[in-house]
Amino acid sequence: MAHVEGQQHPIAIYLWVWGLLFVFSAFSYLVDYFNLEGMLRWSLILLFMVIKAGLIVAVFMHMRWERLALMYAILVPPVLVLVFVGLMTFESDYTALTRDIFFAPES
Amino acid sequence: MAQPAATQTVEPLARTDGWQGIVSDWTSDQRAFKNVPWGKAMMWIFLLSDTFIFSIFLLSYMTVRMSTTVPWPNPSEIFALHIGGSDVPLILIAIMTFVLISSSGTMAMAVNFGYRRDRVKCTVLMLVTAAFGATFVGMQAFEWTKLIVDEGVRPWGNPFGAAQFGSTFFMITGFHGTHVSFGVLFLIIIARKVWRGDFDRATPGFFTSRKGHYEAVEIMGLYWHFVDLVWVFIFAFFYLW
Repeated sequence: MAHVEGQQHPIAIYLWVWGLLFVFSAFSYLVDYFNLEGMLRWSLILLFMVIKAGLIVAVFMHMRWERLALMYAILVPPVLVLVFVGLMTFESDYTALTRDIFFAPES
Repeated sequence: MAQPAATQTVEPLARTDGWQGIVSDWTSDQRAFKNVPWGKAMMWIFLLSDTFIFSIFLLSYMTVRMSTTVPWPNPSEIFALHIGGSDVPLILIAIMTFVLISSSGTMAMAVNFGYRRDRVKCTVLMLVTAAFGATFVGMQAFEWTKLIVDEGVRPWGNPFGAAQFGSTFFMITGFHGTHVSFGVLFLIIIARKVWRGDFDRATPGFFTSRKGHYEAVEIMGLYWHFVDLVWVFIFAFFYLW
């Protein structure tokens, strides 16, 4: 099989990543279990989420072994979603503000 | 994959890496994505578009949750199960997460055994993956039933707080569950082809008439890992936030 275009790697690496995903999922579950609040909660959730997503894309989906041309073509466009997140944050803050002013029940 | 000899004659030159590699890959004739079979490149592009769909769902969820003046229901309590006399928060969702991660693990190994021409292990692992996927959908059905029948959550309102909770929940998890269900279906179809040896004999596919290769298993794997990937984000943003 001199000219195979598929990805072949040792099984051990998949088992490792599988284990790591279990560990980080357990961590993010514990964040909820121990009722962490505020910035600590959100930063931990995001951290574990990014680690898990990175492991899945890099190893399970073999992205780390692909050529840069494919990597950038697939991984860069989703980053632009962050711009959309920024836009909608402004938008929803504004909506919340107007609702507070005009519709919130008297208290 | 006994690729036709043409592939080898097209690319006799050594490929450069880094930025020069990107430029030379994209400016070369015929294929921008070297090393990557046609179907795999197309699956990646489909997954990119699917990424945007789920991004938009999660964004709309973020927008309605940030802009509502009514308190958001606490998912930790709503998705708790009563086990052994006390409420364990989010336990069903945690189990679903572990089930889906395990299915991704078995899928990754199925791809590996496929390329090693180990038909039996590849088929078994794909069927295990499908079984995990079906388990996941089953647990989701249980979760939906509990929410709809026992707790009265509807897309237009619920007893716990903001009405948008129901609409975003049903839309996001429903769309994800649909992805899982179709994944299970395709896993079974591809597993059957592996079992019959279609990819050893390069049997043409029934729908596209393209010659079968073990790449099909990896492409199936890409889709399945993507479903797992989306769940990582749903778990973080919807259930834990």
